[in-house]
Parts: sequence; C-alpha cells; structure tokens
Amino acid sequence: MARKHPRPQVSRRKFLAGVAVAGAASAVPPAQAATTTSTSAAPRRPSALPPTMHVAAAESGTPKELSQARIGGVPGSDFMVDVIKTLDIKYLPSNPASSFRGIHESLINYGGNKMPEFLTCAHEESAVAMAHGYFKVAGKPLMTLCHGTVGLQHASMAVYNAWCDRVPVIVVGGNDLDAAHRPPGVPTIHSAQDINGLVRDFTKWDDTPVSLQHFAQSFVRAYKIAMTPPYGPVAISLDAGLQQEPIRNNGEKLYIPRYVPTSPPQGDSGAVKEAARLLANAQNPVIVADRAARSENGVRLLVELAELLQAQVIDQGGRMNFPNTHYLHRPPTAVGNADVVLGLELTDFWATVNAYIDNGEHGIGVNTSRVKPETKLISINASELLTKANYQDFQRFQSVDVSMPADAEATLPALIEAVKAAISADRKAAIEKRGEAAKKAFAEGRDRTRQAAALAWDASPISTARMSMEIWAQIKDLDWSLVSVSGVGFNWPNRLWPMEKYYRWLGASGGYGVGYGAPASVGAALANRDLGRFSVNIQADGDLMFAPGVLWTAARHNIPQLAVMFNNRGYHQEVMHVQRLSNFRNRVANLGNDMGPIGTSIQNPDIEYHKLAESMGWWAKGPIKDPAELGPAIKEAVAVVKSGQPALLNVWTQPR
Amino acid sequence: MRSVCGLGPAVLAAGLVLGCGGAFAASAEKGKAAFIQHGCWQCHGTEGQGGQAGARLAPGPLPIETFTAFVRSSNRAMPPYPEAVLSNDDLADIHAYLEAIPKRADYKDIPLLNQ
Repeated sequence: MARKHPRPQVSRRKFLAGVAVAGAASAVPPAQAATTTSTSAAPRRPSALPPTMHVAAAESGTPKELSQARIGGVPGSDFMVDVIKTLDIKYLPSNPASSFRGIHESLINYGGNKMPEFLTCAHEESAVAMAHGYFKVAGKPLMTLCHGTVGLQHASMAVYNAWCDRVPVIVVGGNDLDAAHRPPGVPTIHSAQDINGLVRDFTKWDDTPVSLQHFAQSFVRAYKIAMTPPYGPVAISLDAGLQQEPIRNNGEKLYIPRYVPTSPPQGDSGAVKEAARLLANAQNPVIVADRAARSENGVRLLVELAELLQAQVIDQGGRMNFPNTHYLHRPPTAVGNADVVLGLELTDFWATVNAYIDNGEHGIGVNTSRVKPETKLISINASELLTKANYQDFQRFQSVDVSMPADAEATLPALIEAVKAAISADRKAAIEKRGEAAKKAFAEGRDRTRQAAALAWDASPISTARMSMEIWAQIKDLDWSLVSVSGVGFNWPNRLWPMEKYYRWLGASGGYGVGYGAPASVGAALANRDLGRFSVNIQADGDLMFAPGVLWTAARHNIPQLAVMFNNRGYHQEVMHVQRLSNFRNRVANLGNDMGPIGTSIQNPDIEYHKLAESMGWWAKGPIKDPAELGPAIKEAVAVVKSGQPALLNVWTQPR
Repeated sequence: MRSVCGLGPAVLAAGLVLGCGGAFAASAEKGKAAFIQHGCWQCHGTEGQGGQAGARLAPGPLPIETFTAFVRSSNRAMPPYPEAVLSNDDLADIHAYLEAIPKRADYKDIPLLNQ
C-alpha cells in the first residue's frame, strides 16, 4: 500500500497513550525493548575474507530508509506486535525475508523476541510443518512469516497438509503492494497483487489489511477462525509499507479486539437422537474414528461411548482416538460384520465401507463393498463445513443414513446421553454378551500381531518390527510421545506399543505431501520439550531429504528428539506403481543399477544421514545394519536426548 | 530344492510350461536373487515376512501350484506377473527360496515381544 505520510507527526508516547485496549485479554502492557533474547547464539566467527568498505557499510550501516528522519514516529509494526502478543503465540518459525523486515525488527527488538520467539528455519515448508506438528501436541497454533510470493510458494505444500489434517496455522506473507514506491528489482519480483490467492483453495480464510486497525481486526479474526473446529490454516497478506510506516495521527484510536473462542459446532438434537436409536438397537455396531479426538477428553468420551454399547472401535489414526490396549480396539476388517457404522471425522467414508483395488482389466481398478448391503451409516464430520471445490480432499461421495456436519468431540456428550436413554432393559444382556466376545477376539488378535512381528526378527537390513521393539525397550519407562512416523511403510508402533494417551500418537500429514515428517517432528518435539516429555521420531529417508535443514533448526534452538531413521533407501510407495504398469504392459521394469525401478531408489550413493545430522549439530551414529547393534545404540542415543540434545541413528531397514 | 517338472495340471493351466528335456531343479540361491531382481522384496520383505504392503510368503509358502496360479493371475492388490515379465524358471526358483526359509521363531521366545 502507499506510503502516504513519509514524515508523520505522531510521537511514541502519544501513540501508546492513544491505543484503546478492548477487554481483559487484550490489555497488553507495551513490550519492553529487548535487552536479552531467549536464545543464546554462539559468538560469530570472522569471515574468511575481509569485507570491502562498501560491503561493510552495506552490512553494518543504517539503511537510508531507516534513518531517523524517515522513522519519525512509532513504527506500525510495533502495534502489530502488540496485537500478536494478545494471543499468546509462543513461537514463530520462519525463514527471514525483506518483505516482512518491518515486523521482523519489531518482533525481536520492540517485542523482545518473546511470545512469539523467532525460530530460524531453513525453508518455509519446514516452518509451516513445524507449526503443524507443534499444534498437535500443544493444542495452540503458531504463526509464521514468509515472503508473500517465493516464500509462500515454498510453504504451500505444508499449508495444504495442514488444511487436509485440520490443523490451524497462521501464515503471514510479506508483500509490497505500492508499485510506485517499492524498491525495484528483486523486491518487485517478490510482490504480487493477491498473494493469498496461491493458498486460498486450502485455507479457511484470508485477508489483506490496508490499515493498522484493519490488521488488528484481521489478525484476531484469523486466529479465531483458525481455532474454530474444524480447525484449519489462515493467511494474511502483510503490506511492507504498512509495517514500516509510522502510526498516523488522524484522530482514530487504535484498539485490539478481544479474542473469545468460538464454541465448536454440535450435532442437531434430532439427528443425535436418531443416531442413538440406531446404535442402541444394533446387533453389531462399529465405531470408526479418524480425527475424532481433538484432546485427551475426546479419547475419554469415545471410550465411554464404546463401552456403553460394547461396540468395536476402528481407529484410523488421524489422531490417537482410542487406546489400542482396550479390548474393543479392532482392525479395519471389523467393519465387515457391522449392521451400524458410526463414522467420526472420517477423511474418507467411502473407502471405509468400500475397497478399491488398483488392478483388474486394463488397470482401471475394482470397487467392492466392505459392508453388508443393509448396513446403516452414521456420519459426524465437521469437515463438511469446510468443503471447497478445487482440491479433492473431500474424497468420493458416500451416501449415509444420518449425516451431521458437526464436531465429533463436541457432539459425543449429547450422543452418549441419547444412547443411554435409547438402550432398553431387554437389550442390556445382549450388549454385555457382545463385550465378552470382544475380549476373547482382542486377546487372539494380540497374539497374532506378536507372532507376525517375530518374522525376519534377525534379518539384515533390520525388520521394521524389530526396530520398533528395540526403540520401545528403551523408551517404555519415559513419558514418551511418538512425534512422527513419516512415510507409510509400516504401522508396528501402533500395533505393538501401548497407545493410551492423546499425545502418544499424532497422526500423519493429512495431505500426504512428502517432507512433512522431519519438520513436524521438530515442531511437536518443541511442544513436548516445554511439557517435559520425551520425543521419538521414526524418520523416513525420502521424507528427510526434502528439507533436511530443519535438523539445524532443532540443534540451533535446543529441541531434543530421538530420530531413528527408517532408511529403506527408496521411495517404496512409488515402486509398485511403476512395477504395476510394467506388468500391465508386459515389460520388465528397468532397474538400471538400483534395486527398484529407475527413479524410485535412493542409493548409489547411499546417503550417510548420521553425517548429515552431525554436520548440523546433532549427536548421530550409523549406519546400523546388524539388529544386534541396534538396542545398545538406541540406549546411547536416549541418554543424549535426555541431556537435551537431538540424536539421530541411521538404521538400514527392510523396505516396509 | 525341488524339481518343477513334477508340477500339477493347475500350474500348466496357469501357463507355466517348462522345458523338461533336461533335469531342471529350482534353486533357492537363484531364487533369492530373482526375489530381489523382480522386486518381490519391496512389498514382502527380503525374507518374505510380509508387512503392511504385502502378504507373508514365508516360511511355509503356498504350494507351488497355488503360488504360481496366484502370481500369474492375481486380481488383488498385487498385479499379475505375466511370463514376459517373470519367467517360469525364475518363478520356480523364487518358490524354492521361500521354501528354504526356516520356520519362524515363536514370539514367546523373544524377550522384546513379551514386555
């Protein structure tokens, strides 16, 4: 926007007196100028070459546009910091960029680099994914700053993951709209008319504030929208001129709107009653949960409903919804015997009750039903309130018998009460009997899982079941949190580790954009660090290679985690796609010199992840190929992590 | 090792026509190499242990007739492997490799699986 007042007449004192603060939550004392920061940087090393006078002046001198004559008052970005501080945003992962230099300077100097604390990231995608992982542990959103064009382009895949995973992230993109006054060259290349358009299809809301008061309203509104279930990312375009301009004295008193959380949408009472009637009278009700639990309370409510009905529960793992040690916990195949299916926040109801096989004549695919034709389907899913047209995350259309566009966790209390009322006295004995059968089936399933894990126990490369249990042996007495299992190669921790608390399992990326795992694990580990928990990350090799710079961010900001590489040296999710098409076309897949079809292997040369991590300040060891060496190495690494340092083990594993 | 010349009619029906003029004996050693070369290990693991992406194949693989029929005509998650992609000799060797994998340990004898 235009810089209309190059020499404003407002003094800092007058501004602070003039800011009208609305409500208790926004009664913010002016932030003190920073004398210390919450992070301790190592002493700067001298450059190898002495700078020229011109370079030295450019690097260390005061830029012309920041000379005292140009400042002339309180920077607008100081007020922006006051607004941000009302919302208790603890961290700000970001890669620095000139288009937000105004607010960057205000955050670290005027705001004291606290609430939020700037965390230096090597990639905008890493910054957003860190915020994504952080929220799933802390339940509070982070904000990020990025260049509105190239930075947001980098960040966009991570924004899409957050959108698909229903996670709030506040993305603020710097942009310089004033074509007549912005610097020519790169800053102009880095400007656009509508930067939010890049992510509009997969954000809940966006805005382009054109005044400081507009910014205050936009930012609080953005936070409120992001934090209303179904959660989701939001975007704000932040004009460079607005950041750098002093506050204008035009008689208007700036104020900060008070944030009051919006209550989550609850299911219609009639629909809740009908769902309860179906469930109470079912012979074999099955509950399927994906992102049903938003908190520990969601887990407790789901257990209460399941026990009330003695209904089997399939946890699809978008979040930790239901303890896998509970006798009603079941694998996905349990849906086949259901006469009523209650789906809670399912990403894909169609695929829950149908199967698609990527095979058949001409490779078109085969669809089959997983459930009996008369099975009644109930859906509680707040995502129906978020449906947009372009990106196809809404999946195939599935007709259901009772549909509630509502938040599952918020609806469960009413549903539980309605089910209690709907269960007749003569149904209670049958329900109890159902529970006895479930206990027997659960015990048998547990034995089968362990027997399957014993296969290839001593194999090299190391079996994924063996690796999982070697990790478990070293962390089982700690208050652990599995912060990421990147890739989709195996699910042994979910089958073998007791998942009984909400933070034990955080779910996956949502959008399956590869590269989520490493940065999300660092964000989640950051939240766990503050809560005194131990973070474990099973880190896929392909995922790490998208943006490994996040390893440096973890070391730089003292974020400990145990990362155990799931180093299978390939993009195994893709291998079979190429093999399948080769078979359909009667051709032998060309492996080149690798072990998978050309383009799907990560070898020749093998990547030494332990050296990569070491170079960025981690304790690291590897490659570990002998299963007998794994347990002692993990024990050593755990001790390092407990001391506050991140540690990585490079483990060569079986492909899945 | 087993001779594949003794295969039953199901195998022949599935298209496994072998040149039995000479004594062809399936080789577990060659089978291991073929198991890798043809990418079986990518879903089933290097010892045929199976996992999230592929079924368990060993120890105790399906009888070769059933095994062969499935590989040639699978309509499940695994695509069918025609002879042009996976030869009869390689398939027999792969089966020999799977047969050679020793019986699995009982999980109750593995301390880490009894924590």
